[in-house]
Amino acid sequence: MKRLLLILALMLATAPAIAQNKPLPTDSIYHLDVQFTDQAGHTQPLAARRGRPQLVTMLYTSCQMVCPLIIDSLRQTWKTLDAGDRSRIDLLAVSFDPERDTVAALRAYAAKRQLVAPPWTLARTKAGDVRQLSGVLGLQYRQLPDGEFNHSSELILLDAEGRIVARTTRMGRADPGMVAAIRQTLAGKQR
Amino acid sequence: MCLRHVLAWIGMALALPAAAADYAALPGGQFASVIPADGKAARATIAPFRLRTEPVTNGEFLAFVKTHPRWRRDQVASVLADQRYLSHWAGPVELGKDVLPRQPVTRVSWFAAQAYCASEGARLPSWYEWEYAAAADATRRDARKDPAWREDLLAWYSRPSSAPLPVIGGRPNVYGVRDIVHPVWEWADDFNALLVASDSRDQNDPDVLKFCGAGAVSLQEKENYAVLMRVAMLSALKAADTTNNVGFRCAKP
Repeated sequence: MKRLLLILALMLATAPAIAQNKPLPTDSIYHLDVQFTDQAGHTQPLAARRGRPQLVTMLYTSCQMVCPLIIDSLRQTWKTLDAGDRSRIDLLAVSFDPERDTVAALRAYAAKRQLVAPPWTLARTKAGDVRQLSGVLGLQYRQLPDGEFNHSSELILLDAEGRIVARTTRMGRADPGMVAAIRQTLAGKQR
Repeated sequence: MCLRHVLAWIGMALALPAAAADYAALPGGQFASVIPADGKAARATIAPFRLRTEPVTNGEFLAFVKTHPRWRRDQVASVLADQRYLSHWAGPVELGKDVLPRQPVTRVSWFAAQAYCASEGARLPSWYEWEYAAAADATRRDARKDPAWREDLLAWYSRPSSAPLPVIGGRPNVYGVRDIVHPVWEWADDFNALLVASDSRDQNDPDVLKFCGAGAVSLQEKENYAVLMRVAMLSALKAADTTNNVGFRCAKP
């Protein structure tokens, strides 16, 4: 009986892993073979985010202009959700500037802006992977000679399988269209 | 032991492309691009680099997809290459009789081009590197003021896009780089860095918030519209897009 329980427990524990073994949808951004390192210094493949919807953006922490607004927009969008929904979505901000956005810089920025994990992940990738990630997310960026970046500012919603299901350029407040898309995505997952 | 070494070497040699691609060394330096480095007027600084002397061909790309099956058209993820990816080939690993091995490969996405270059120990050139290499003619590093150079670039536009692509083997420029202006347009590593989105131009437009920092880029050398059209085209593409006339070549430090 004890053994049976153990086997049952093991089966339950491995069930999510089995669910992840089904092939990725062909339009999932998790086909991209890139790794990221978070503000705690943990390195993971991007595809490790599979399984939960993600609200994703790209920015750089030394940016004084629109980037604080991007963080505000993520925060406000998340706060608009009810408590149950909030616990079922992650917020992921990846840096355009891996040179200056070291793990220490990400950690300092998270502390300054009170971005606690979960739901917040601030991340950096290798320099070459930034262009790949921006490409798959449809974001543009350009480094200027003074070290600043021109870049598009968008929030992008990924479903649990890594498909882009919504995006918004509205910054500074929650975009009602995005909030509705998040609720719909989370509701879809419950079915 | 010795025999094992020899065998290992043979194995490695077989795994390499049949003929290693040729790269030409370019000195780099200060360059007046159509896209100012600071978005206003600054010249670009280009480090010395090497550039593939020829665009990647159908034959070379076929060898690549055979050894990297995730880039076969029947296996590639749609997020990395669109529906038309390599659709001119007869099959996933077959060119067919209408597609020549020495034609430049087209209908390849930016992701696929990146992956090919990585397999060659290389990367895609930046826009500045491409524009700098293409500024040369057979005798000069910067022939852009010469009407003949401009006409040559513009001549591309008069070739019907439905006509079969010529095989490569054009006249080398002063660096030994061939076929850079004809017969195909080429991906740049930073194709999505050119930022000429029309809605970012007006400082009073709320959409200006789409772009952090200095905002819109002010294009230079406006008389050089044959080059500017390429900027516009690259900016309009997404990384998974493929088209009839965009191919690529690779670069190395």
